[in-house]
Amino acid sequence: MTDPASIFLLAMGLVTSGNPELYGIIWLSLRVSLTAVAISCLIGLPLGAALAVVTFPGRGAVIAVLNAFMGLPPVVVGLVVYLLLSRSGPFGVLGLLYTPTAMIIAQALLVTPLIAALARQSLADLHLEYDELFRSLRLGATDKIAALIWDGRYSLSTVALAGFGRAIAEVGAVIIVGGNIEHVTRVMTTAIALETSKGDLALALALGLILVGLAVAVNVAVLSLNRAAKRLAYA
Amino acid sequence: MLKPLDENTGYGLGRRPIFPLDACNVGFSDGGRQLLDRVSLTLTQGLKTVIMGANGAGKSLLMRVLHGLVKPEVGAVLWARVPADAEVMSRQAMVFQKPSLLRRSAEGNIQFVLGHLNRSEAESRTREILERAGLSAVARTPARLLSGGEQQRLAVARALALEPDILFLDEPCASLDPASTMAVEEMIETAHQTGTKIVLVTHDIGQARRLADEIVFMSGGRIAEHTAARQFFDGPVSAAARDYLAGRLHVPGYSAGT
Ligand SMILES: Nc1ncnc2c1ncn2[C@@H]1O[C@H](COP(=O)(O)OP(=O)(O)OP(=O)(O)O)[C@@H](O)[C@H]1O
Ligand SMILES: [Mg+2]
Repeated sequence: MTDPASIFLLAMGLVTSGNPELYGIIWLSLRVSLTAVAISCLIGLPLGAALAVVTFPGRGAVIAVLNAFMGLPPVVVGLVVYLLLSRSGPFGVLGLLYTPTAMIIAQALLVTPLIAALARQSLADLHLEYDELFRSLRLGATDKIAALIWDGRYSLSTVALAGFGRAIAEVGAVIIVGGNIEHVTRVMTTAIALETSKGDLALALALGLILVGLAVAVNVAVLSLNRAAKRLAYA
Repeated sequence: MLKPLDENTGYGLGRRPIFPLDACNVGFSDGGRQLLDRVSLTLTQGLKTVIMGANGAGKSLLMRVLHGLVKPEVGAVLWARVPADAEVMSRQAMVFQKPSLLRRSAEGNIQFVLGHLNRSEAESRTREILERAGLSAVARTPARLLSGGEQQRLAVARALALEPDILFLDEPCASLDPASTMAVEEMIETAHQTGTKIVLVTHDIGQARRLADEIVFMSGGRIAEHTAARQFFDGPVSAAARDYLAGRLHVPGYSAGT
């Protein structure tokens, strides 16, 4: 039952059956990861742009840490968020553990350094090009950051999608802080982990195929955005 | 458009004077090379100043120093006898030798520098400026898809949109066809007539003859000559300027054909 053809058929069957449980899981995956990435962009893009624009002592160290944090292990982030949100932790009273909100927080923490680091990299090149103009116009740091984010929006959308890819694919953080509770915190990756541990490899693989399909859709979006970007602005 | 001019001083009403612009003994070196060598220069308001000189003479660097983008190692730049403050900075504009246009439409590039105006004012100002630059037809085109000459004109138009009291132009017509060159020269002339001090670098001797009231001729990081334009073209004093005008490579200490 784990040959490619039957896996593919099973996946197609799941998708076309309109199985509400499956769609609930897909929907929650998208909701958690998209919200996490949105939050990460709100923090990470200005942070990355600021690091591209502003010079201050210790900037190199901040960038090095940020770059290192791009590769944070999801389980470690999950564990930290777990400790923060657990009943005895500092935010225990909020009762967020094992909720989608906890998963969003964990993924946002995971993805923000990635988005900030990649944004800094791509905006640093742009800033090099704009620097004299900006200084000639005597722009303040906030105006520079806003202009860089706006003018770099096409490459930053790629950055955001890279963050989305990391969020939707990770299992370590969401399983620790979400707990993989049916109908509440079960997402694609935790469902796959569960079916694997139950021994239903065919279902696990079919779910994996659907997840890969989502990732491919994301990548197609990246590529077409890039092409649009080239056509529109980077002549 | 026309700036109110104070009858006595010619300075804009209600604003403190920023001229004369003085470079006092300005020096700048890099790796032991003296790129600006004790440059002293006084620029007054009314005249169009054209800076000439061979490649690498230090023209662009001097403009950057005057504009406040590069701090001189020694010496100072004074505006009406005092160093530039934020207000003086905001009354200048510069068109760079390699202008960098924002990744926006042509009109987006103009509107970017009109942030102090409200939306409808900015839009009508933008339309008017693009019209004068002959860029109305490409207002919505991404700036970086414009032709090289159109990009140059847009850069000039964007600088003029700031309505600066002094405009530094670093070879603004370097890649323009004759008609576009004329269009830019007209824009410069109009700005001059409305009270903007013009400081222009060019290698185009015809353009210098057309525009210049006075010439600053640079050679090897020094000012070799600073004279009225007519005098400069009739009989340049320095050997470097004579070589330059005759199209000869200048070798210090050696003067051909004299
Ligand atoms: N900020 C700087 N730091 C170090 N060296 C510089 C700097 N700016 C200019 N230079 C050097 O100073 C010299 C003069 O440069 P500049 O751009 O002023 O020449 P230019 O007269 O404008 O020449 P061109 O006609 O080719 O534009 C060059 O050798 C350049 O490499
Ligand atoms: Mg130059």
